[in-house]
Amino acid sequence: MANQSPTLSGLHAVLAEMSSHPAIKALLAWKPDALLDAKFDFGELTLTVAPTEIRAACATVQAAGYNFFEDMTAVDWYPLAPRFQLSYHILSHAFKERIRLRVMLDEAEPSVDSIMPVWAGANFFEREVFDLFGIHFADHPDLRRIMLPDDWQGHPLRKDYPVEGYR
Amino acid sequence: MTENPGAPVLELPASESTGERRMVINMGPQHPATHGVLRLVVELDGEIIVSVRPEIGYLHTGIEKTCEAKFYQQVVPLTDRINYLDPLSNNLCYCLAVEKLLDLEIPERAQWIRVLLTELSRLNSHLIWLGTHAMDIGALTVFLYTFREREEILRLFEAVAGQRMMTSYFRIGGLAMEPPLGWLDRVQAFIHGFPEKIDEYSNLLTGNPIFMNRLKGVGYLSAADAIALGVTGPPLRASGVDIDLRRDMPYSSYEKFQFKVPISTVGDTWARYEVRLVEMRESTKIVQQALDGMPGGAVKADAPKIVLPDREKMKTQMEALIHHFKIVTEGFNVPAGEVYQGMECGHGQMGYYVVSDGTAKPYRVHMRYPSFATLQAVETMCKGRLIADLVAVIGSIDIVLGEIDR
Repeated sequence: MANQSPTLSGLHAVLAEMSSHPAIKALLAWKPDALLDAKFDFGELTLTVAPTEIRAACATVQAAGYNFFEDMTAVDWYPLAPRFQLSYHILSHAFKERIRLRVMLDEAEPSVDSIMPVWAGANFFEREVFDLFGIHFADHPDLRRIMLPDDWQGHPLRKDYPVEGYR
Repeated sequence: MTENPGAPVLELPASESTGERRMVINMGPQHPATHGVLRLVVELDGEIIVSVRPEIGYLHTGIEKTCEAKFYQQVVPLTDRINYLDPLSNNLCYCLAVEKLLDLEIPERAQWIRVLLTELSRLNSHLIWLGTHAMDIGALTVFLYTFREREEILRLFEAVAGQRMMTSYFRIGGLAMEPPLGWLDRVQAFIHGFPEKIDEYSNLLTGNPIFMNRLKGVGYLSAADAIALGVTGPPLRASGVDIDLRRDMPYSSYEKFQFKVPISTVGDTWARYEVRLVEMRESTKIVQQALDGMPGGAVKADAPKIVLPDREKMKTQMEALIHHFKIVTEGFNVPAGEVYQGMECGHGQMGYYVVSDGTAKPYRVHMRYPSFATLQAVETMCKGRLIADLVAVIGSIDIVLGEIDR
Protein backbone atom coordinates (compact mmCIF):
# COMPACT_ATOMS: atom_id res chain seq x y z
CA MET A 1 0.00 0.00 0.00
CA ALA A 2 2.81 2.42 -0.74
CA ASN A 3 1.63 5.93 -1.26
CA GLN A 4 3.11 7.15 -4.52
CA SER A 5 1.08 10.33 -4.88
CA PRO A 6 2.83 13.50 -3.71
CA THR A 7 1.42 15.54 -0.88
CA LEU A 8 0.09 18.98 -1.70
CA SER A 9 -0.74 21.17 1.23
CA GLY A 10 -2.38 24.55 1.02
CA LEU A 11 -4.80 26.05 -1.41
CA HIS A 12 -2.14 27.49 -3.71
CA ALA A 13 -0.27 24.22 -4.15
CA VAL A 14 -3.48 22.33 -4.93
CA LEU A 15 -4.77 24.96 -7.35
CA ALA A 16 -1.43 25.07 -9.14
CA GLU A 17 -1.29 21.30 -9.65
CA MET A 18 -4.90 20.20 -9.85
CA SER A 19 -6.88 23.07 -11.36
CA SER A 20 -8.34 20.70 -13.97
CA HIS A 21 -9.83 18.40 -11.32
CA PRO A 22 -13.59 18.26 -12.02
CA ALA A 23 -14.66 19.08 -8.45
CA ILE A 24 -12.27 22.01 -8.10
CA LYS A 25 -13.22 23.32 -11.53
CA ALA A 26 -16.93 23.13 -10.75
CA LEU A 27 -16.58 24.81 -7.35
CA LEU A 28 -14.46 27.65 -8.74
CA ALA A 29 -16.84 28.14 -11.66
CA TRP A 30 -19.73 28.35 -9.19
CA LYS A 31 -17.94 30.80 -6.93
CA PRO A 32 -14.33 31.92 -7.44
CA ASP A 33 -13.68 32.24 -3.69
CA ALA A 34 -15.58 29.10 -2.67
CA LEU A 35 -12.49 27.23 -1.52
CA LEU A 36 -11.01 28.34 1.78
CA ASP A 37 -8.36 25.66 1.98
CA ALA A 38 -7.33 22.50 0.19
CA LYS A 39 -4.95 19.62 0.53
CA PHE A 40 -4.05 16.46 -1.30
CA ASP A 41 -2.47 13.72 0.74
CA PHE A 42 -2.65 9.89 0.88
CA GLY A 43 -4.21 10.15 -2.57
CA GLU A 44 -7.24 11.94 -1.15
CA LEU A 45 -8.40 15.43 -2.00
CA THR A 46 -9.77 17.58 0.81
CA LEU A 47 -11.55 20.84 0.03
CA THR A 48 -12.61 23.24 2.76
CA VAL A 49 -15.65 25.41 2.19
CA ALA A 50 -17.46 27.93 4.36
CA PRO A 51 -20.11 26.52 6.74
CA THR A 52 -22.82 28.65 5.17
CA GLU A 53 -22.08 27.25 1.73
CA ILE A 54 -21.92 23.51 2.33
CA ARG A 55 -25.32 22.76 0.83
CA ALA A 56 -24.60 24.73 -2.33
CA ALA A 57 -21.13 23.21 -2.54
CA CYS A 58 -22.63 19.72 -2.30
CA ALA A 59 -25.11 20.53 -5.04
CA THR A 60 -22.25 21.86 -7.18
CA VAL A 61 -20.07 18.77 -6.86
CA GLN A 62 -23.13 16.58 -7.36
CA ALA A 63 -23.75 18.30 -10.69
CA ALA A 64 -20.06 17.85 -11.53
CA GLY A 65 -20.36 14.06 -11.33
CA TYR A 66 -19.75 13.36 -7.64
CA ASN A 67 -23.09 11.67 -7.40
CA PHE A 68 -22.90 9.49 -4.32
CA PHE A 69 -22.94 10.71 -0.74
CA GLU A 70 -20.95 8.08 1.09
CA ASP A 71 -20.26 9.29 4.57
CA MET A 72 -20.37 12.27 6.88
CA THR A 73 -19.00 12.73 10.33
CA ALA A 74 -17.40 15.22 12.70
CA VAL A 75 -14.08 15.58 14.48
CA ASP A 76 -13.74 17.51 17.72
CA TRP A 77 -10.46 19.47 17.89
CA TYR A 78 -11.02 20.69 21.44
CA PRO A 79 -9.43 22.91 22.78
CA LEU A 80 -8.40 24.36 19.42
CA ALA A 81 -10.54 26.88 17.56
CA PRO A 82 -12.46 26.43 15.37
CA ARG A 83 -13.46 23.41 17.38
CA PHE A 84 -15.49 21.15 15.09
CA GLN A 85 -14.62 19.75 11.71
CA LEU A 86 -17.29 18.17 9.54
CA SER A 87 -16.03 15.77 6.87
CA TYR A 88 -18.27 14.84 3.96
CA HIS A 89 -17.04 11.97 1.82
CA ILE A 90 -18.47 12.04 -1.66
CA LEU A 91 -17.88 9.37 -4.25
CA SER A 92 -18.14 9.63 -8.00
CA HIS A 93 -19.40 6.50 -9.71
CA ALA A 94 -18.20 7.87 -13.05
CA PHE A 95 -14.66 8.93 -12.07
CA LYS A 96 -14.22 6.13 -9.49
CA GLU A 97 -12.88 8.73 -7.16
CA ARG A 98 -13.72 10.20 -3.78
CA ILE A 99 -13.42 13.74 -2.48
CA ARG A 100 -13.72 15.10 1.01
CA LEU A 101 -15.53 18.35 1.66
CA ARG A 102 -14.62 19.91 4.95
CA VAL A 103 -16.32 22.51 7.07
CA MET A 104 -14.92 24.08 10.23
CA LEU A 105 -17.34 25.21 12.94
CA ASP A 106 -16.87 27.33 16.03
CA GLU A 107 -17.64 26.05 19.48
CA ALA A 108 -20.49 28.40 20.30
CA GLU A 109 -23.77 27.00 19.02
CA PRO A 110 -22.33 24.97 16.17
CA SER A 111 -24.81 24.86 13.35
CA VAL A 112 -24.69 24.13 9.66
CA ASP A 113 -27.22 23.66 6.88
CA SER A 114 -28.52 20.14 6.40
CA ILE A 115 -27.59 18.65 3.03
CA MET A 116 -30.73 16.52 2.93
CA PRO A 117 -32.20 18.52 0.03
CA VAL A 118 -29.19 17.36 -2.03
CA TRP A 119 -28.87 13.81 -0.71
CA ALA A 120 -31.78 12.49 1.35
CA GLY A 121 -29.45 9.75 2.57
CA ALA A 122 -27.62 12.23 4.81
CA ASN A 123 -30.55 11.94 7.22
CA PHE A 124 -29.19 9.34 9.64
CA PHE A 125 -25.63 10.61 9.35
CA GLU A 126 -26.63 14.12 10.38
CA ARG A 127 -28.77 12.79 13.21
CA GLU A 128 -25.81 10.79 14.44
CA VAL A 129 -23.55 13.86 14.47
CA PHE A 130 -26.30 15.84 16.19
CA ASP A 131 -26.64 13.12 18.81
CA LEU A 132 -22.97 12.43 19.51
CA PHE A 133 -21.43 15.88 18.88
CA GLY A 134 -24.30 18.27 19.50
CA ILE A 135 -24.00 20.01 16.15
CA HIS A 136 -27.25 21.44 14.86
CA PHE A 137 -28.38 20.93 11.26
CA ALA A 138 -30.68 23.65 10.01
CA ASP A 139 -33.71 22.51 7.99
CA HIS A 140 -33.28 18.87 8.93
CA PRO A 141 -36.85 17.51 9.04
CA ASP A 142 -36.38 15.04 11.87
CA LEU A 143 -33.44 16.11 14.01
CA ARG A 144 -33.69 13.80 17.04
CA ARG A 145 -31.18 11.72 18.92
CA ILE A 146 -30.57 8.49 17.04
CA MET A 147 -28.20 6.30 19.08
CA LEU A 148 -28.81 7.49 22.63
CA PRO A 149 -32.04 7.78 24.63
CA ASP A 150 -33.90 11.05 24.17
CA ASP A 151 -33.21 12.17 27.73
CA TRP A 152 -29.43 11.64 27.56
CA GLN A 153 -27.27 14.46 28.89
CA GLY A 154 -24.27 15.56 26.86
CA HIS A 155 -22.65 14.47 23.61
CA PRO A 156 -20.29 11.51 24.10
CA LEU A 157 -18.00 11.93 21.11
CA ARG A 158 -16.91 15.40 22.22
CA LYS A 159 -13.40 15.31 23.61
CA ASP A 160 -14.43 16.86 26.93
CA TYR A 161 -16.78 13.93 27.58
CA PRO A 162 -14.96 11.20 29.55
CA VAL A 163 -14.61 7.76 27.96
CA GLU A 164 -16.21 6.09 30.99
CA GLY A 165 -19.08 8.57 30.96
CA TYR A 166 -20.33 10.42 34.01
CA ARG A 167 -21.26 8.13 36.88
CA MET B 1 -49.35 -9.39 -6.22
CA THR B 2 -48.34 -7.85 -9.47
CA GLU B 3 -45.60 -8.99 -11.81
CA ASN B 4 -44.52 -5.47 -12.62
CA PRO B 5 -41.76 -4.42 -10.24
CA GLY B 6 -42.42 -0.77 -10.73
CA ALA B 7 -46.06 -1.21 -9.86
CA PRO B 8 -47.57 1.89 -8.38
CA VAL B 9 -48.81 2.14 -4.84
CA LEU B 10 -51.94 0.04 -4.22
CA GLU B 11 -55.12 2.05 -4.62
CA LEU B 12 -57.19 2.49 -1.50
CA PRO B 13 -60.95 2.73 -1.48
CA ALA B 14 -61.89 6.35 -0.86
CA SER B 15 -63.54 5.54 2.47
CA GLU B 16 -60.38 3.99 3.82
CA SER B 17 -57.83 6.59 2.84
CA THR B 18 -59.10 9.37 5.06
CA GLY B 19 -56.49 8.68 7.71
CA GLU B 20 -59.02 8.05 10.49
CA ARG B 21 -58.46 4.30 10.55
CA ARG B 22 -54.69 4.47 10.84
CA MET B 23 -52.94 2.34 13.39
CA VAL B 24 -49.38 2.66 14.68
CA ILE B 25 -47.64 -0.54 15.66
CA ASN B 26 -44.18 -1.35 16.92
CA MET B 27 -42.37 -4.08 15.06
CA GLY B 28 -39.53 -5.09 17.33
CA PRO B 29 -37.19 -4.57 19.05
CA GLN B 30 -37.68 -8.25 19.86
CA HIS B 31 -39.28 -9.34 16.62
CA PRO B 32 -37.83 -12.55 15.15
CA ALA B 33 -37.81 -11.17 11.62
CA THR B 34 -35.77 -8.06 12.36
CA HIS B 35 -32.42 -9.87 12.76
CA GLY B 36 -31.50 -8.19 16.00
CA VAL B 37 -32.83 -5.36 18.07
CA LEU B 38 -34.34 -3.21 15.35
CA ARG B 39 -37.55 -1.39 16.14
CA LEU B 40 -39.76 -0.22 13.31
CA VAL B 41 -42.61 2.12 14.08
CA VAL B 42 -45.06 1.27 11.34
CA GLU B 43 -48.13 3.34 10.56
CA LEU B 44 -50.82 1.25 8.93
CA ASP B 45 -53.99 1.91 7.06
CA GLY B 46 -55.63 -1.49 7.29
CA GLU B 47 -52.90 -3.79 6.07
CA ILE B 48 -51.24 -1.12 3.96
CA ILE B 49 -48.11 0.65 5.12
CA VAL B 50 -48.33 4.43 5.33
CA SER B 51 -44.95 5.09 6.90
CA VAL B 52 -42.07 3.19 8.47
CA ARG B 53 -39.78 4.85 10.97
CA PRO B 54 -36.73 2.86 12.09
CA GLU B 55 -35.78 3.48 15.72
CA ILE B 56 -32.23 2.31 16.28
CA GLY B 57 -29.59 2.53 18.96
CA TYR B 58 -30.49 -0.44 21.15
CA LEU B 59 -27.06 -1.96 20.52
CA HIS B 60 -25.10 1.29 20.71
CA THR B 61 -21.91 0.66 22.67
CA GLY B 62 -19.93 3.74 21.71
CA ILE B 63 -17.25 1.83 19.83
CA GLU B 64 -16.03 5.02 18.12
CA LYS B 65 -15.39 6.58 21.54
CA THR B 66 -13.71 3.42 22.81
CA CYS B 67 -11.32 3.46 19.83
CA GLU B 68 -10.01 6.86 20.89
CA ALA B 69 -8.83 5.38 24.18
CA LYS B 70 -6.97 2.41 22.65
CA PHE B 71 -3.67 1.98 20.85
CA TYR B 72 -3.96 1.54 17.11
CA GLN B 73 -3.36 -2.20 17.29
CA GLN B 74 -5.93 -2.59 20.08
CA VAL B 75 -8.69 -1.29 17.84
CA VAL B 76 -8.51 -4.37 15.56
CA PRO B 77 -10.43 -6.67 17.94
CA LEU B 78 -13.11 -3.99 18.36
CA THR B 79 -13.80 -3.90 14.64
CA ASP B 80 -15.01 -7.46 14.17
CA ARG B 81 -17.56 -6.99 16.91
CA ILE B 82 -19.30 -4.38 14.79
CA ASN B 83 -20.35 -6.62 11.94
CA TYR B 84 -20.02 -10.02 13.52
CA LEU B 85 -21.24 -11.84 10.41
CA ASP B 86 -18.46 -10.52 8.18
CA PRO B 87 -15.61 -10.08 10.68
CA LEU B 88 -12.62 -10.19 8.36
CA SER B 89 -13.89 -7.38 6.14
CA ASN B 90 -14.00 -5.13 9.18
CA ASN B 91 -10.45 -6.07 10.14
CA LEU B 92 -9.25 -5.48 6.61
CA CYS B 93 -10.84 -2.07 6.19
CA TYR B 94 -9.41 -0.74 9.45
CA CYS B 95 -5.96 -2.17 8.77
CA LEU B 96 -5.91 -0.71 5.26
CA ALA B 97 -6.78 2.73 6.60
CA VAL B 98 -4.01 2.71 9.21
CA GLU B 99 -1.53 1.22 6.75
CA LYS B 100 -2.33 4.08 4.40
CA LEU B 101 -1.44 6.56 7.14
CA LEU B 102 1.74 4.65 7.94
CA ASP B 103 2.62 4.19 4.27
CA LEU B 104 3.34 0.50 4.89
CA GLU B 105 4.15 -1.98 2.15
CA ILE B 106 2.25 -5.23 2.74
CA PRO B 107 3.84 -8.46 1.41
CA GLU B 108 2.03 -10.01 -1.53
CA ARG B 109 1.25 -13.26 0.25
CA ALA B 110 -0.46 -11.38 3.08
CA GLN B 111 -2.53 -9.43 0.56
CA TRP B 112 -3.64 -12.60 -1.21
CA ILE B 113 -4.55 -14.38 2.00
CA ARG B 114 -6.49 -11.27 2.95
CA VAL B 115 -8.44 -11.46 -0.30
CA LEU B 116 -9.06 -15.17 0.16
CA LEU B 117 -10.33 -14.76 3.71
CA THR B 118 -12.39 -11.68 2.94
CA GLU B 119 -14.20 -13.62 0.23
CA LEU B 120 -14.81 -16.52 2.61
CA SER B 121 -16.13 -13.95 5.03
CA ARG B 122 -18.44 -12.60 2.32
CA LEU B 123 -19.70 -16.14 1.72
CA ASN B 124 -20.31 -16.46 5.45
CA SER B 125 -22.31 -13.24 5.42
CA HIS B 126 -24.32 -14.23 2.35
CA LEU B 127 -25.05 -17.70 3.72
CA ILE B 128 -26.55 -16.25 6.87
CA TRP B 129 -28.52 -13.78 4.80
CA LEU B 130 -29.88 -16.55 2.56
CA GLY B 131 -30.81 -18.84 5.43
CA THR B 132 -32.54 -16.21 7.53
CA HIS B 133 -34.17 -14.45 4.60
CA ALA B 134 -35.73 -17.70 3.39
CA MET B 135 -36.73 -18.54 6.94
CA ASP B 136 -38.52 -15.20 7.33
CA ILE B 137 -40.47 -15.96 4.19
CA GLY B 138 -41.39 -19.38 5.55
CA ALA B 139 -38.93 -21.66 3.75
CA LEU B 140 -37.29 -23.17 6.82
CA THR B 141 -35.26 -25.90 5.14
CA VAL B 142 -32.67 -23.68 3.48
CA PHE B 143 -31.53 -22.37 6.83
CA LEU B 144 -30.26 -25.83 7.81
CA TYR B 145 -28.37 -26.20 4.53
CA THR B 146 -26.69 -22.79 4.62
CA PHE B 147 -25.65 -23.20 8.24
CA ARG B 148 -24.05 -26.51 7.34
CA GLU B 149 -21.66 -24.68 4.97
CA ARG B 150 -21.27 -21.73 7.30
CA GLU B 151 -20.09 -24.11 9.98
CA GLU B 152 -17.28 -25.26 7.70
CA ILE B 153 -16.27 -21.65 7.00
CA LEU B 154 -16.20 -20.95 10.72
CA ARG B 155 -13.97 -24.01 11.22
CA LEU B 156 -11.60 -22.57 8.62
CA PHE B 157 -11.58 -19.25 10.48
CA GLU B 158 -10.94 -21.03 13.74
CA ALA B 159 -7.99 -22.86 12.23
CA VAL B 160 -6.22 -19.64 11.22
CA ALA B 161 -7.34 -17.25 13.92
CA GLY B 162 -8.21 -19.43 16.89
CA GLN B 163 -11.65 -17.84 16.95
CA ARG B 164 -14.77 -18.75 15.05
CA MET B 165 -16.42 -15.35 14.83
CA MET B 166 -14.25 -12.64 16.37
CA THR B 167 -11.26 -13.45 14.22
CA SER B 168 -9.01 -10.34 14.47
CA TYR B 169 -6.68 -12.21 12.13
CA PHE B 170 -5.59 -9.24 10.03
CA ARG B 171 -3.21 -6.99 11.87
CA ILE B 172 -1.70 -3.65 11.00
CA GLY B 173 1.16 -4.66 8.70
CA GLY B 174 -0.11 -8.06 7.58
CA LEU B 175 -1.55 -11.13 9.25
CA ALA B 176 -1.33 -12.39 12.81
CA MET B 177 0.64 -15.44 11.65
CA GLU B 178 1.13 -17.83 8.77
CA PRO B 179 -1.92 -20.13 8.28
CA PRO B 180 -1.32 -23.64 9.69
CA LEU B 181 0.03 -26.41 7.46
CA GLY B 182 -2.61 -28.01 5.28
CA TRP B 183 -5.06 -25.14 5.78
CA LEU B 184 -5.02 -24.10 2.12
CA ASP B 185 -5.90 -27.71 1.19
CA ARG B 186 -8.89 -27.55 3.50
CA VAL B 187 -10.02 -24.34 1.81
CA GLN B 188 -9.55 -26.05 -1.56
CA ALA B 189 -11.67 -29.02 -0.49
CA PHE B 190 -14.41 -26.71 0.74
CA ILE B 191 -14.43 -24.41 -2.26
CA HIS B 192 -14.34 -27.31 -4.72
CA GLY B 193 -17.70 -28.58 -3.50
CA PHE B 194 -19.27 -25.18 -2.89
CA PRO B 195 -20.79 -24.40 -6.33
CA GLU B 196 -22.88 -27.58 -6.00
CA LYS B 197 -24.14 -26.32 -2.66
CA ILE B 198 -25.24 -23.06 -4.27
CA ASP B 199 -27.14 -25.14 -6.85
CA GLU B 200 -28.76 -26.93 -3.95
CA TYR B 201 -30.02 -23.68 -2.37
CA SER B 202 -31.09 -22.45 -5.75
CA ASN B 203 -33.08 -25.64 -6.38
CA LEU B 204 -34.89 -25.18 -3.10
CA LEU B 205 -35.78 -21.53 -3.70
CA THR B 206 -35.49 -20.26 -7.27
CA GLY B 207 -38.36 -22.32 -8.67
CA ASN B 208 -40.39 -22.31 -5.47
CA PRO B 209 -43.71 -20.59 -6.30
CA ILE B 210 -44.38 -19.43 -2.73
CA PHE B 211 -40.91 -17.90 -2.43
CA MET B 212 -41.24 -16.26 -5.85
CA ASN B 213 -44.63 -14.79 -5.09
CA ARG B 214 -43.41 -13.34 -1.83
CA LEU B 215 -40.40 -11.68 -3.46
CA LYS B 216 -41.23 -10.71 -7.04
CA GLY B 217 -42.42 -7.17 -7.47
CA VAL B 218 -41.98 -6.45 -3.77
CA GLY B 219 -39.82 -3.71 -2.27
CA TYR B 220 -39.06 -1.92 -5.50
CA LEU B 221 -36.21 0.57 -5.33
CA SER B 222 -35.22 2.69 -8.31
CA ALA B 223 -31.58 3.47 -9.09
CA ALA B 224 -32.12 7.19 -8.45
CA ASP B 225 -33.70 6.52 -5.04
CA ALA B 226 -30.97 4.05 -4.15
CA ILE B 227 -28.24 6.61 -4.88
CA ALA B 228 -30.06 9.43 -3.12
CA LEU B 229 -30.53 7.33 0.02
CA GLY B 230 -26.97 6.05 0.19
CA VAL B 231 -27.83 2.42 -0.56
CA THR B 232 -24.78 0.35 -1.50
CA GLY B 233 -23.75 -3.20 -2.27
CA PRO B 234 -26.12 -5.87 -3.60
CA PRO B 235 -29.28 -3.72 -3.19
CA LEU B 236 -27.68 -0.95 -5.27
CA ARG B 237 -26.50 -3.36 -7.95
CA ALA B 238 -29.93 -5.01 -8.01
CA SER B 239 -31.30 -1.56 -8.91
CA GLY B 240 -29.02 -1.38 -11.93
CA VAL B 241 -26.08 0.69 -10.70
CA ASP B 242 -22.85 -0.93 -11.81
CA ILE B 243 -20.44 -0.18 -8.99
CA ASP B 244 -18.29 -2.52 -6.96
CA LEU B 245 -15.29 -1.09 -5.14
CA ARG B 246 -13.40 -4.38 -5.46
CA ARG B 247 -13.30 -3.83 -9.20
CA ASP B 248 -13.55 -0.04 -9.48
CA MET B 249 -11.27 1.15 -6.69
CA PRO B 250 -9.26 -1.99 -5.95
CA TYR B 251 -7.47 -2.53 -2.65
CA SER B 252 -5.34 -5.37 -1.30
CA SER B 253 -4.48 -6.53 -4.87
CA TYR B 254 -8.08 -7.17 -5.98
CA GLU B 255 -6.98 -5.80 -9.36
CA LYS B 256 -5.19 -9.12 -9.94
CA PHE B 257 -8.39 -11.17 -9.77
CA GLN B 258 -10.93 -11.76 -12.51
CA PHE B 259 -14.54 -11.75 -11.48
CA LYS B 260 -17.87 -10.49 -12.73
CA VAL B 261 -20.04 -8.02 -10.91
CA PRO B 262 -23.65 -9.18 -11.16
CA ILE B 263 -26.18 -6.48 -12.02
CA SER B 264 -29.95 -6.57 -12.24
CA THR B 265 -32.08 -3.72 -13.46
CA VAL B 266 -35.32 -4.91 -11.87
CA GLY B 267 -34.72 -3.48 -8.41
CA ASP B 268 -37.10 -5.64 -6.42
CA THR B 269 -36.52 -8.10 -3.59
CA TRP B 270 -36.17 -10.95 -6.06
CA ALA B 271 -33.41 -9.10 -7.94
CA ARG B 272 -31.48 -8.69 -4.71
CA TYR B 273 -31.80 -12.44 -4.11
CA GLU B 274 -30.51 -13.22 -7.59
CA VAL B 275 -27.62 -10.75 -7.37
CA ARG B 276 -26.41 -12.21 -4.08
CA LEU B 277 -26.67 -15.76 -5.38
CA VAL B 278 -24.43 -14.88 -8.35
CA GLU B 279 -22.08 -13.00 -6.03
CA MET B 280 -21.56 -16.19 -4.05
CA ARG B 281 -20.53 -17.99 -7.24
CA GLU B 282 -18.12 -15.17 -8.13
CA SER B 283 -16.63 -15.20 -4.63
CA THR B 284 -15.98 -18.91 -5.08
CA LYS B 285 -14.02 -18.10 -8.24
CA ILE B 286 -11.96 -15.45 -6.45
CA VAL B 287 -11.07 -17.90 -3.69
CA GLN B 288 -10.08 -20.46 -6.32
CA GLN B 289 -7.85 -17.92 -8.08
CA ALA B 290 -6.27 -16.97 -4.78
CA LEU B 291 -5.51 -20.62 -4.06
CA ASP B 292 -4.10 -21.27 -7.52
CA GLY B 293 -1.81 -18.26 -7.60
CA MET B 294 -0.92 -17.98 -3.93
CA PRO B 295 2.53 -16.34 -3.74
CA GLY B 296 5.11 -17.35 -1.18
CA GLY B 297 7.00 -15.17 1.24
CA ALA B 298 6.33 -13.40 4.47
CA VAL B 299 2.90 -12.57 5.85
CA LYS B 300 4.05 -9.57 7.86
CA ALA B 301 5.51 -6.27 6.71
CA ASP B 302 9.14 -5.55 7.44
CA ALA B 303 8.46 -2.88 10.04
CA PRO B 304 9.81 -4.02 13.41
CA LYS B 305 8.49 -0.98 15.25
CA ILE B 306 4.91 -1.63 14.11
CA VAL B 307 4.54 -5.38 13.61
CA LEU B 308 4.98 -7.72 16.55
CA PRO B 309 7.98 -10.04 16.07
CA ASP B 310 7.62 -13.80 15.78
CA ARG B 311 7.67 -15.64 19.06
CA GLU B 312 10.91 -17.41 18.19
CA LYS B 313 12.72 -14.12 17.49
CA MET B 314 11.26 -12.45 20.52
CA LYS B 315 12.69 -15.21 22.75
CA THR B 316 16.13 -15.21 21.18
CA GLN B 317 16.95 -11.69 20.03
CA MET B 318 17.38 -8.64 22.22
CA GLU B 319 16.21 -6.18 19.55
CA ALA B 320 13.03 -8.11 18.87
CA LEU B 321 12.28 -8.32 22.59
CA ILE B 322 12.66 -4.55 22.94
CA HIS B 323 10.37 -3.90 19.97
CA HIS B 324 7.82 -6.34 21.33
CA PHE B 325 7.86 -4.65 24.71
CA LYS B 326 7.60 -1.17 23.19
CA ILE B 327 4.70 -2.03 20.88
CA VAL B 328 2.71 -3.73 23.63
CA THR B 329 3.28 -1.09 26.31
CA GLU B 330 3.50 2.15 24.31
CA GLY B 331 2.03 1.33 20.91
CA PHE B 332 3.49 3.03 17.87
CA ASN B 333 3.07 6.58 16.67
CA VAL B 334 1.17 7.14 13.46
CA PRO B 335 1.91 10.27 11.37
CA ALA B 336 -0.70 12.99 11.66
CA GLY B 337 -3.30 13.11 8.92
CA GLU B 338 -6.72 11.86 7.93
CA VAL B 339 -7.61 8.99 5.61
CA TYR B 340 -10.78 7.39 4.38
CA GLN B 341 -10.60 3.80 3.26
CA GLY B 342 -13.61 2.40 1.48
CA MET B 343 -14.20 -1.22 0.61
CA GLU B 344 -16.90 -3.62 -0.47
CA CYS B 345 -18.03 -5.90 2.32
CA GLY B 346 -20.85 -8.43 2.21
CA HIS B 347 -23.58 -5.86 2.80
CA GLY B 348 -22.21 -3.01 0.72
CA GLN B 349 -19.68 -0.22 0.96
CA MET B 350 -17.89 -0.01 4.23
CA GLY B 351 -15.59 2.87 5.08
CA TYR B 352 -13.16 3.72 7.83
CA TYR B 353 -12.27 7.33 8.46
CA VAL B 354 -9.21 7.52 10.69
CA VAL B 355 -7.81 10.82 11.95
CA SER B 356 -4.39 10.77 13.56
CA ASP B 357 -2.76 13.52 15.60
CA GLY B 358 0.65 11.85 15.53
CA THR B 359 0.32 9.87 18.77
CA ALA B 360 -0.12 6.14 19.41
CA LYS B 361 -3.88 6.37 19.82
CA PRO B 362 -6.28 7.31 17.02
CA TYR B 363 -7.68 10.80 17.44
CA ARG B 364 -10.93 9.79 15.77
CA VAL B 365 -12.17 6.62 14.13
CA HIS B 366 -15.44 6.74 12.26
CA MET B 367 -16.97 3.77 10.52
CA ARG B 368 -19.35 4.03 7.64
CA TYR B 369 -21.37 0.86 7.58
CA PRO B 370 -23.66 -0.06 4.71
CA SER B 371 -26.68 -1.20 6.74
CA PHE B 372 -26.89 2.17 8.50
CA ALA B 373 -27.56 3.95 5.20
CA THR B 374 -29.58 1.14 3.61
CA LEU B 375 -32.04 1.13 6.49
CA GLN B 376 -33.15 4.61 5.41
CA ALA B 377 -34.51 3.12 2.20
CA VAL B 378 -36.97 0.75 3.93
CA GLU B 379 -39.75 3.30 3.91
CA THR B 380 -39.31 4.03 0.19
CA MET B 381 -39.45 0.31 -0.55
CA CYS B 382 -42.49 -0.45 1.60
CA LYS B 383 -44.73 2.59 1.34
CA GLY B 384 -48.15 1.65 0.02
CA ARG B 385 -47.44 -2.07 0.16
CA LEU B 386 -48.77 -4.76 2.48
CA ILE B 387 -47.26 -5.22 5.91
CA ALA B 388 -46.29 -8.79 5.07
CA ASP B 389 -43.93 -7.37 2.44
CA LEU B 390 -42.01 -5.52 5.14
CA VAL B 391 -40.56 -8.81 6.37
CA ALA B 392 -39.40 -9.69 2.87
CA VAL B 393 -37.83 -6.25 2.42
CA ILE B 394 -35.99 -6.28 5.75
CA GLY B 395 -34.61 -9.70 4.85
CA SER B 396 -33.56 -8.62 1.40
CA ILE B 397 -31.47 -5.62 2.46
CA ASP B 398 -29.48 -7.88 4.80
CA ILE B 399 -28.95 -5.72 7.85
CA VAL B 400 -26.82 -6.37 10.89
CA LEU B 401 -27.78 -4.31 13.89
CA GLY B 402 -24.28 -4.38 15.31
CA GLU B 403 -23.05 -2.26 12.45
CA ILE B 404 -26.02 0.08 12.49
CA ASP B 405 -25.74 0.94 16.17
CA ARG B 406 -21.99 0.48 16.70
